[in-house]
Amino acid sequence: MKIALCIKQVPDTTDIKWTEHNTINREGVESIINPYDVYAIEAALKIKNSNQNTEITALTMGPAQAESMLRKTIALGVDKAVLISDKKFAGADTYATGKTLSRAVQSVLPDFSLVICGQFAIDGDTAQTGPSIANHLNIPQITFVQEIVECTTDYIIVKRQADDGIETIKAKLPALICVLQSSEEPSRATINGCKHAQKSEIPMLSMENLGLLPEETGIKGSPTYVSKAFRPIITRTNEKIFYSGSSAAALKDKITEFMAGANE
Amino acid sequence: MSETKEILLYAEITRSKYIHTVFFELAQKAVELAGKLGDCKISALLFAEPNHLENYKDGFLKSGIDKVYVFESEKFNTYNTELYSKLAIELIEEIKPEIMLIGATNEGRDLAPRISSALHTGLTADCTGLDINEKGQLAATRPTFGGKLMATILCKTLPQMATVRPKVFKPLKNDILRETEFAIRKPDLSEFRAKTEILDFVKTLENEINELDSAEVIVAGGRGVGSPEGFDLLKELAKALNGTIGATRGAVDMGLAPKTIQIGQTGKTVRPKLYIACGISGAIQHLVGMQDSGKIIAINTDENAPIFETADFGIVGDIFKVVPELIKQFEK
Repeated sequence: MKIALCIKQVPDTTDIKWTEHNTINREGVESIINPYDVYAIEAALKIKNSNQNTEITALTMGPAQAESMLRKTIALGVDKAVLISDKKFAGADTYATGKTLSRAVQSVLPDFSLVICGQFAIDGDTAQTGPSIANHLNIPQITFVQEIVECTTDYIIVKRQADDGIETIKAKLPALICVLQSSEEPSRATINGCKHAQKSEIPMLSMENLGLLPEETGIKGSPTYVSKAFRPIITRTNEKIFYSGSSAAALKDKITEFMAGANE
Repeated sequence: MSETKEILLYAEITRSKYIHTVFFELAQKAVELAGKLGDCKISALLFAEPNHLENYKDGFLKSGIDKVYVFESEKFNTYNTELYSKLAIELIEEIKPEIMLIGATNEGRDLAPRISSALHTGLTADCTGLDINEKGQLAATRPTFGGKLMATILCKTLPQMATVRPKVFKPLKNDILRETEFAIRKPDLSEFRAKTEILDFVKTLENEINELDSAEVIVAGGRGVGSPEGFDLLKELAKALNGTIGATRGAVDMGLAPKTIQIGQTGKTVRPKLYIACGISGAIQHLVGMQDSGKIIAINTDENAPIFETADFGIVGDIFKVVPELIKQFEK
């Protein structure tokens, strides 16, 4: 069984720089693996543990520096990695990103059974890229996956966080799942994994390699664009008192005042 | 003469068979947007089981909805991504709305990107502001980078789509009565075979995730709460304030609270009217998940805890003293 693992390197949210076009400047910014994608890796490794002949390929769309993140995923037990990188991909929204990633999955793993993504990326937090990939691949999707119950070569059964409870859902493969955080301890790199990571060739695919046109990718291929970015103005009064016998009464008055203001 | 524009709203039906409250919040916003667009009608998309429409009609008649496209089939007893998106896409291609708004529930967040992607159009998630700009475009404003920046996003294609979380917009204050037309369609689904199937459903007794999204008051605890009993105390306060409880990652890691109520960078992002942080120091990873709350109150023994810099009002003191006294105050 072949698994495509779509992951993303995200800028550290405490250190943000914007380009003149109001898109995110990812170069030279401290980058981390998207926390939800760590759980996507775990889900893929869990399936691999219970299914012989499973091969996991990690894909990421991003600048050249994202290669280091891919190498780290190989150290964790992922088999192969592909970097999808091209200046023309810059400024892509979730539609264009989904299109590009789906094309990469088709190109690298035409016989894939399962695509696994993190539910959200902490930078954009749109939760849209996974369903966009599924749409472009014309396969079913299951979002908000909490746990993988069973996965065979024909189907997958998962627990999904619905708005009002937990659904157990079965999907025929090929399918795409978006995973939430799980309570399981993330895997650590193994010595063999590290050796494999050092030796691995990580191919880089460009727009041309994927047979995409400039108008289908990046900012040109995106239906949406950022017209304005600004810092939210949140003013807090920072009033602070030390505990005394009358604190609770003062606090009650504040709560009453705050709730009355909010309901105006 | 220009054609009448249309704003389409998704009317989500919950498993308990009522129209999700977020629909009425979207309706209120749609009335405002339609007013700015000029000649514009508001319609709703409803998937209902046969003979269920009567139960929902009242909600539409009072919310300023001109027309409801009602799809009827027994297959609509539960949401299915493939089926709902397929029919929604066909409808949108037929009626060509200017704007489509969907509630950012787990169902809406599953459905919306599937529709927008198939229609090659743009979708802005979790908007906190929607407006019509001088060119008549939908200007969708949303927080990004964990609330550090706000971005106003425009869409080059139609429909311009956006999702909005529950409780972000205010619901209708007064009824807006319209002569709502109900256009019932009975799609032939005999050939449709879903590739996904719900095998089982367990209703979460304390539906905390949903409550964090919709609660007006959240009482959250950090490491400083110290014990599960401490969280029981916070629950009591939350109950007195008609709210719900949340926790920091630190508290979850210590086993004081379940992961489902974790707030912060790797947990939920919340925006209640009032957030009461108890025994929370205020690490940036937690702040990004709650800093957009209406008002913030902090209770912490450490007067230098960073949480006080993000709070409107703070008490330097022990939560085990302050919280029980506060509960008593509200019981008076």
